[in-house]
Amino acid sequence: MNRHFDLRQFWVLTVMHFKELIREPAVLFWGIVFPVLMSLGLGIAFSKTADSQRNIAVVDIVKGQFSHDSISAFPSIYNHFYKKSIPQKSVQFSFSIRNKKLGNTVFNFSHLSWEDAIRKLKRGEINLIVSKERETFQYYFDPANPDAQNSYMKLSQILNLKNIAELKRDENVSVLSLPGTRYVDFLIPGLTAMGIMMSIMWGLSYGIIEKRSNKLLRRMIATPMKKHYFILSLFAVRIAMNLVESVILVLFAMLVFHITIQGSIIALFAVFIAGNIAFGGLVIFVSSRTSKTETGNGLINLVVMPMMMMSGIFFSYHNFPDIVVTILKYLPLTMLADSMRSIFIEGAGLMQVSSTIIILSFSGFILFIAGLKMFKWY
Amino acid sequence: MNQDIVVKVENVFKSFKTVKAVNGLSFEIKAGQFLALLGPNGAGKTTMVEMIEGIQQPDSGQIHIGGKEWKHHSKEIHQFIGLSLQETRFIDKLTVRETLNVFAGLYSLNKKRVNEVIEIVSLEEKQNAYVVNLSGGQRQRLALGISVINYPKLLLLDEPTTGLDPNARREVWHILQKMKNESNISLLLTTHYMEEAEQLCDNIIILDHGKILQEGTLDKLIEANGGKEIIEVTFKEIISGDFPILDSKLYHFDWDNTAQKLVLKLNDVDAGLKMFMAAIEQKNLKLSSFVSRKTTLDDLFISLTGRHLHE
Repeated sequence: MNRHFDLRQFWVLTVMHFKELIREPAVLFWGIVFPVLMSLGLGIAFSKTADSQRNIAVVDIVKGQFSHDSISAFPSIYNHFYKKSIPQKSVQFSFSIRNKKLGNTVFNFSHLSWEDAIRKLKRGEINLIVSKERETFQYYFDPANPDAQNSYMKLSQILNLKNIAELKRDENVSVLSLPGTRYVDFLIPGLTAMGIMMSIMWGLSYGIIEKRSNKLLRRMIATPMKKHYFILSLFAVRIAMNLVESVILVLFAMLVFHITIQGSIIALFAVFIAGNIAFGGLVIFVSSRTSKTETGNGLINLVVMPMMMMSGIFFSYHNFPDIVVTILKYLPLTMLADSMRSIFIEGAGLMQVSSTIIILSFSGFILFIAGLKMFKWY
Repeated sequence: MNQDIVVKVENVFKSFKTVKAVNGLSFEIKAGQFLALLGPNGAGKTTMVEMIEGIQQPDSGQIHIGGKEWKHHSKEIHQFIGLSLQETRFIDKLTVRETLNVFAGLYSLNKKRVNEVIEIVSLEEKQNAYVVNLSGGQRQRLALGISVINYPKLLLLDEPTTGLDPNARREVWHILQKMKNESNISLLLTTHYMEEAEQLCDNIIILDHGKILQEGTLDKLIEANGGKEIIEVTFKEIISGDFPILDSKLYHFDWDNTAQKLVLKLNDVDAGLKMFMAAIEQKNLKLSSFVSRKTTLDDLFISLTGRHLHE
């Protein structure tokens, strides 16, 4: 068998996979349109400082137990904000603190019974309950809920202030809007990394498992086809597709959100290839045996979901405990997203991301070999 | 090894856990010969074919294809055989021509061969249609086209017409018959359609529980089992006990006392029937019904196993 013959095999398989891929309209939607829409949605949601609404219940009697020390907090909060007495029969009021830099905060207070307040809290309509005992405000909330914690911090700060006008002072706040420091700058490299993972993991596993269950793999290896050509050609087509998807996403983000790539394009391309290799190896390994799409879906979800949630694509993973962070740092998606971010927003070059490139490529290669060894063709 | 023998299977055994799928099979296929492996589901047909295809390994025994073994000559054997599996689904959104191009490419063949194959399997009109839009018969013809693309000397077809309607089935047979007339290709076909084996094959092996029940040409098999004509008769009289006449050299019969039916098997209809009629005349028996038909492989299978092929 000569060299020319081998190239011909690889070529016909690549053309086959390519045609199969581009003739599926869903591929264009999920691969190109969907990531762009997601970046648009998230980018807009987090780039505009919208009014933040703080819905707070004010109660007189706590937990059904009447206390002689309890006094109605509602008129007293009204008085604190408006410096006048509350109109009679009023059960709710709002107060808006305007701030151009930080965005507006709107406090919505409702005068409720303890039971109603708890019901609304369970439904997520409020996240903070306030009462007043012996001239002191008491706050009831779940400290594990960051939004509730934020409401508590803001409200307690205000209620401790004599003059609310002080709140509007913001000379000491400087808004960072330099490219690279905004949320969208954090988001786009992460979304690109996640797009690579999703496309490789779902695309390749589906391509392999379906052909296995249709007995096409078995039919094809009854020809002189070199087995690894089949997988490598499938992989080559996916990388090309991923490149198009990623470039479109990044160009879109450059155009709409004015993000920039501050580091080396070559390093970015190398990281991109390394990420593809890592996930490629992983998916060959994961889908090397099963011929049932249901099992395949389960296995891919098992691998993909934890990374989607914990690799810091949407929000930083540094909020996890230190020991967990140490592990998360070495997940392939984390490594890919972190190194892409360092190129996009920190200006990293090839040297800074070389260890990531080596680890991702090497682990992908090992998994690919192992997957091919145990690969079931029929 | 004799040059004319394309497949030689010698004393092959294959078991899966507790099931003996193939239990000591031996047979051979000569160049240009069409052989059918006939048997019910689970008879071991597919396992046997898969061992010839190289997909399964025999537990013991020898298989030579074109005088070669899989172990040492897989590349040569890949070039030597063409095959069609049960229910392969090709890629939906590739056209017939593109699908054939892929397989031609894997064998390093050019577009000229693709054109030839499209003509052989009569898919000229559908060559630019997506596979997903083909009928069952057209898909099977595509699979057949793929199996012959590499000019194989041996064709292995595993139930090539299962699930097809009678017309589509006949189209596949027509293509295979044409190949038989025009080339020296050999064919090993598994089927549970008697008509398919009758139409296409010179030799038939009837398998059951992984063993050969009987083998030979259709005529030989049928003659060995009593004759190629079957006549079923009933009588106006009620006959108790044994039937009152004896088998002759010209015919053989089975008497079903419960159904009061006589099944007569014979080769020479003229002489045999005259002799039989003379014999019942002598016993004063009068016919109530008379049905004459050709012996089928199903009759053969029933006489060999007591069961129908499709049971």
